[in-house]
Amino acid sequence: MTKRALLEMSQVSAYYDQIQALQDISLEVNMGEIVTLVGSNGAGKSSTLKAICGQIKTSGTISFLGNDISKLPPHQTAKLGVAHVPEGRRIFPKLTVKENLEMGAFQLKSKKDIEQQMELVYQYFPRVKERLHQKGGTMSGGEQQMLAIGRALMSKPSILLLDEPSMGLAPIIVEQIFEIIQELNQTGMTILLVEQNAYQALSIAHRGYVIQTGKIILTDSAQNLLENKQVTEAYLA
Amino acid sequence: MSHIFTALPQVLVDGLTLGAIYAVVALGYTMVYGILELINFAHGEVFMTGAFIGTGLLLSLGMFGIDMPAWITLILILIMTALLTGLLGIGIERLAYRPLRKAPKLIPLISAIGISFILQDLVRFVAEMKTGNYIVTGTTLFEGKFTIPFSSIIGSFQNATIKTNTIILIGITIVIMILLDIFVNRTKWGTAMRAVAQDQETASLMSINVNKVISLTFFIGSAIGGATGFLFAQQYATIDPYIGFILGLKAFTAAVLGGIGNIRGAMFGGLMLGVLEVFAAANLSTLTGGVLGSEYKDVFAFAILILVLIFKPEGLFGKSVKEKV
Repeated sequence: MTKRALLEMSQVSAYYDQIQALQDISLEVNMGEIVTLVGSNGAGKSSTLKAICGQIKTSGTISFLGNDISKLPPHQTAKLGVAHVPEGRRIFPKLTVKENLEMGAFQLKSKKDIEQQMELVYQYFPRVKERLHQKGGTMSGGEQQMLAIGRALMSKPSILLLDEPSMGLAPIIVEQIFEIIQELNQTGMTILLVEQNAYQALSIAHRGYVIQTGKIILTDSAQNLLENKQVTEAYLA
Repeated sequence: MSHIFTALPQVLVDGLTLGAIYAVVALGYTMVYGILELINFAHGEVFMTGAFIGTGLLLSLGMFGIDMPAWITLILILIMTALLTGLLGIGIERLAYRPLRKAPKLIPLISAIGISFILQDLVRFVAEMKTGNYIVTGTTLFEGKFTIPFSSIIGSFQNATIKTNTIILIGITIVIMILLDIFVNRTKWGTAMRAVAQDQETASLMSINVNKVISLTFFIGSAIGGATGFLFAQQYATIDPYIGFILGLKAFTAAVLGGIGNIRGAMFGGLMLGVLEVFAAANLSTLTGGVLGSEYKDVFAFAILILVLIFKPEGLFGKSVKEKV
């Protein structure tokens, strides 16, 4: 695999009001990789994704495909090909499943492109296709997570940012979703995966970063992190 | 008492006329509330400004001696008025609400009231400068009048009369409501509007420019409200800069009746309030044995609001729990 940084954060800090959420975060995601960011609750995982998308103000540089995106508002970052599946899925509850998907494809201009992406989503998530005309809010948690990932895929993204896709789901559903994430990656999708479920995340990722109180404290290949004593004690126990 | 029954057809015609106006103005309140959870109290004044812009355009056409078929004039003026009041709505949001978006909810409410006063005084100033009086009577585009023979359907009904203007008003407001409903439910930007109303943050992750959607919402709400202002001026002939206040309150009542944030609810609430109000105006004195006259119709309208708020605070079509995650 040729190493080409798709997404690169360097020395990124962010504040919520007076509290520092991120401190000098540097990380990179190369084309075709699954990179995972693991850490406990409140460590700054979601904040890192929000920083990339422009949902919180940051200092430092964030570049995507060579463009500086650190000052872009979320809708422009999305247009460049960054698809963010937010924590808690955030399906539009009163829109139908189909409308949710169409919103994911908001930036696509041609009907053909949209239909093509729809077909792709149906391939990965046949369940979504069965429920096209149902309201998003009426689906189960697992289905909503699938819809959320499907919705993100609709925009033909270059990178998928996944925020805790396993949250609140039954283990069997989590397994399905992680399988799909892996499949997506095998067809070329670059993925940055944020997870509290460190074991599951590291077992499908190529590389990982460990974040603690807003700082990256460790980075290595996923395999090494799985065997790292510090990591196993803190997050895999 | 039989008078109540025999006069019903006319009550219905007049009620639906007033109700159609309430309904379209209520849409402006409900759309903005749906998206920003802001009660745009300046909306009644946008309606009033539309009445003046439309009437002003009509009077200037007359002054310049431009003579067109009445229906072309009507359509032209409606489009111009809608455009101008739509832009006014965008401007109000930019100036008075957007800078306060992160402020506590009460603050933009105050600035909405401020905008109301500014518009009232501005319109009054211009009207007095141009005509010497802030009460303006425009020319009427359509003079006709028809009789609907209700008595031939049921013998004891009286016939109802309806002006050509009224037919136009009801027709155009119905077209506006149908088009808006299609726009909101069937188009990409309409869906984006609903998405923004449900979850702004996530909508922006879908590459939806939230500010643009909000501007669009203000544009549409104000444009249809302003155009209806002109129809109102045509219907009731005389306008003044304060017509927006009470009418705005009632349209807001209609929006609450239908469940604020709910577009079809606002339409229904408006029509219902119009009919009930006219019914009250026609029959209050009969019903109360002369104790309350027709001037108490507003009491009646707001009493309904209070009753609905007590027994169904979410409105007739509202959902009691917000589905916000």
